[in-house]
Formats: sequence, structure tokens, C-alpha cells
Amino acid sequence: MSADAPIRRAEDAVARLGDRALDAVERCGDFARLAAATAGAALRGRFPWREVLRQVEAIGARSTTIVLLTALFTGMVLALQTGYALERFGAKLYVGSVVGLSLARELGPVLTALMVGGRVGAGIAAELGSMQVTEQVDAIRSLGADPVQKLVLPRVVAAIVSLPLLTAVADVLGVLGGLLIAATQFQIPGNFYLQTIYRTATVTDLLSGISKTFVFGGIIAMVACFVGLRATGGTVGVGRATTRAVVAASIGVLIADFFLTQLLLAL
Amino acid sequence: MSEAAAAIELRDVHKAFRGKPVLRGVSLRIPEGCTFTILGGSGSGKSVCLKHMTGLLKPDAGRVLALGQEITRLAERELVAVRREVSMIFQSAALFDSLSVYENIAYGLREHRAWSEAQIAARVAACLEAVGLPGAERLMPAELSGGMRKRVGVARGIALEPRVILYDEPTTGLDPANQRRIGELIRSLQARLRITSVVVTHELELCFSISDRVAFLRGGRIEAEGTAAEMRASADPHVQAFLAGLQEGAESAREAGGLHGA
Repeated sequence: MSADAPIRRAEDAVARLGDRALDAVERCGDFARLAAATAGAALRGRFPWREVLRQVEAIGARSTTIVLLTALFTGMVLALQTGYALERFGAKLYVGSVVGLSLARELGPVLTALMVGGRVGAGIAAELGSMQVTEQVDAIRSLGADPVQKLVLPRVVAAIVSLPLLTAVADVLGVLGGLLIAATQFQIPGNFYLQTIYRTATVTDLLSGISKTFVFGGIIAMVACFVGLRATGGTVGVGRATTRAVVAASIGVLIADFFLTQLLLAL
Repeated sequence: MSEAAAAIELRDVHKAFRGKPVLRGVSLRIPEGCTFTILGGSGSGKSVCLKHMTGLLKPDAGRVLALGQEITRLAERELVAVRREVSMIFQSAALFDSLSVYENIAYGLREHRAWSEAQIAARVAACLEAVGLPGAERLMPAELSGGMRKRVGVARGIALEPRVILYDEPTTGLDPANQRRIGELIRSLQARLRITSVVVTHELELCFSISDRVAFLRGGRIEAEGTAAEMRASADPHVQAFLAGLQEGAESAREAGGLHGA
């Protein structure tokens, strides 16, 4: 008996691992199916314009403050750090170049996506999760309507539309934050700071950053809807779904960022 | 009874969740125009059974027919036509929290009817009138009591004038007065609209006050079926145990409800 015990434990562990792997594959399949259904719903039937607008307000407009604050302070910190580092090489005048380039290409899009992912991902997962566990999603189906078209599509479209706009505003505010620090801490004239940005950061840089955010928006809303709609087990389940949505959306954004950056650099 | 066409039919339906069997071969034939109650303890698979009847759940094996049409393998889009005729009233009422009572009831109408706002308003008012809540249009679900929520749920369910209404535990969690009111509502809708009603419940009083026929579900199988009188006289030991056991439970629950009410 006792000699068998370690073997049985090992077998159990392998079986559990296998179960998890199967679960993960199944989840991926379900996610792909939801994404396909969302795309299908966009092309089919009445497009839910009114609900999209409502969601643009909830997802986009209401995220403005948090995004602006993040961008402002990121720009300021970025200017402080780069100014401090460049000073050693006597190149602190080029703070603007570094700040502008990093914000436009990377920090503006990613930080905006992460902040929106946290705020909106949690909100969507909690709302859809509550609807799921209180049978409201089943009620939509039983009234002959499509939950994907009613709930998922408007949120995904709204996030895809909102994120680039928020990022554009974040880029501007981050640059202004940097300007504030450059002018006050490093005595770089505002005009000069802006000129270094114009000279180094091109439209391509800006567009490569912004273009990524369409994908980020889609990932955040899709993941949050998916996790929310799979919530089970009452309020505890909704809480779990909310946490999972934020984690998954953030990781999704970071992974997608790497591959998108690779792709954009190769183009 | 047997010559009437079947409104809903389940044929040897099996369903398991995560490997755990819930329905193990349920066969039911619900004649058109009758009030049919599926009686059973909690966890016996009653609600799962009901959700198969409108395609909210798909059987692992077996067949489901609604209004003469096989719906077993229909895709969501193909089920829309069926769901217009077979309406489901959920246990928790499942009202949309973000919408007013008016918008909740108008939901199906907006989806399926190209009606003017005036026509929708008239229909919503008529539905609220039918469930004894005239003038409640502007309230939000959060402002309603449990009994009112259930009645708004019923109003939403009858808005599209379905031919079959499925009630999932319509009186659970309500005080005795509201339980009685819901029972009367089911009866009066039945009499007025001449529809088929399928009620899932464990409340014996409701079951015997409204049912033409009763099926007793236990362990994922239909253990007995017959008219209300036949069920009362059933020799099946499990049916008898359920009737006796639950009657006591129902009484003590009613006392507790009475105390709460006072």
C-alpha cells in the first residue's frame, strides 16, 4: 500500500495537469467562438448604435480623468528620470526627444490600456457576471434576443473606438507633464523642448503607438465580456470573475504589445 | 387528455453538468392547453428540465419538441421563433436591473414587433394590468418587492402573447399572501389566454391548486405522472414520502413566513 502511494500521487498530479490543460484549451476555443460570434453580430442584424454610444460614454468618457492623471504623472516622471540620466552625458537638452518618443511609441498606449483595462475590465466583468448569475443573460435569450449582440458587441466596439482617442489625449498630456518638469527642474525652454519632440518623434511613431490601441481595446472588452459571461456561483463567482478579468486583460495587453511592436517594426 | 396535441415533449432526455448527471432519461408529454406541474425536491433537476423546453439548455442525449417542432439541435438564431411562442418566467424574475419596468416589458416587443411607441405603451399597460400592477411602468426593478418583481417577470413573459409559459419556481421565496396571488395569477392567465402552462415547483399547495396534470421528478427521472387527484392517491412510496415530508416542511415554512409577515 505504502509503496504504491507515491506512484498514485504522481498519477493524480499528472491527471490534474492534464485536466487543467484540457480546460485551458477548451477555454481558448470558447473565447475564439465568442470573438467570432461578436464579429458575426457586427455584420448581421441591426447594429446597436444607441448602446454603443452609451458604452463609449461609460468606457471612454468616464475613463478620461484616470487616463489624464496617469499620463500627466508618467510624463513628469519620465522627464525627471531621463533628465537626470542625460545630465551625466551633458545631453539633458534632449529630454523632450526621449519623453516624446517613449510616450508616443510605448508608454502612452500601454499605460492607457492598462488603466482602462483595470477600470473598464472590472466594470464589464462585474456587470455581465451579475447578469449571468441572476439569469438575466438567459432572460435575454429567452426573449429571443442575442446576448452577444446586446451585451458583448456594444462594449467591444466602444472600447475599440475609445482607446485610441484616450491614448491620443494621454500622449498630449504626458508631453505637457514632461514640459513642466523640463522647464522647472532642468531649465529647458518650453519652445526648445517642443522643437526637440517635433524633430525626433515622427507621425509614424505616433501612429504606430495609436494603431496598437485598437487591438488593446478589443482585447480588454472581449476578455472582460468572456470572463463575465462565464461567471458562476453567485456573488463570490462575480468577484472571482472581476479579478480574473483584470488580470487576464492586463496580461493580454502586455503580450499583444510585444508582438504588435515586433510586427510594426518589421513593416 | 391524450388526444390533445403536445405543446412540449421531452423524449428520453439526458443531461449532465461536469460529468454529474442531472437528468437521466426524462420523458414528458405536455398536452396543449393544460397546466402541467413538475414537482420535485431541490436538486431533482426540475429547472434544468424546464430550460430544455425553450432551448436554453441542450440535452446530451434525447429529443425535445416544442409546439410540434424538434428543437433539440437548433442553433440560437433558429430558436428565436420558438422563444416567441414559448416564454420563460425565471425563478429570480431576472428583470434587467438597468431598465425600468416599462423597458423590461417592452424588451421582447421591441425585438420582435415593428410597433409604434404608442402600441408598445398600450401593450405594456395591458400586461401590467393583467398582473395587478397598473401604473408601475416607471419604477426600477430595485424599487420592487420580491412579489412585485415576480409579477413584472410574468408581465414581461406574456407581453408577446406566447402559447406556452414556463414558470420556474414562481412562488419560491414569497410570503403566503404573495404565493396565493401568484397562484391565482397563473390560474387566471390560463383561463383568459387559453395557453399551456408548465410550472416547476416544490410547493404542494401551489401544485394542487393549479394543476391539471402533475409529474413527480426524482433523481433525474419522472417517477410518477397523473392528474392531481391521481398523484395524491399514488401508491408510489417516494411520491407519498415527498407529499408527507414536504407538507410538514411547507407548514413550518409558512409559520416562519407568517412570523416574518407579522
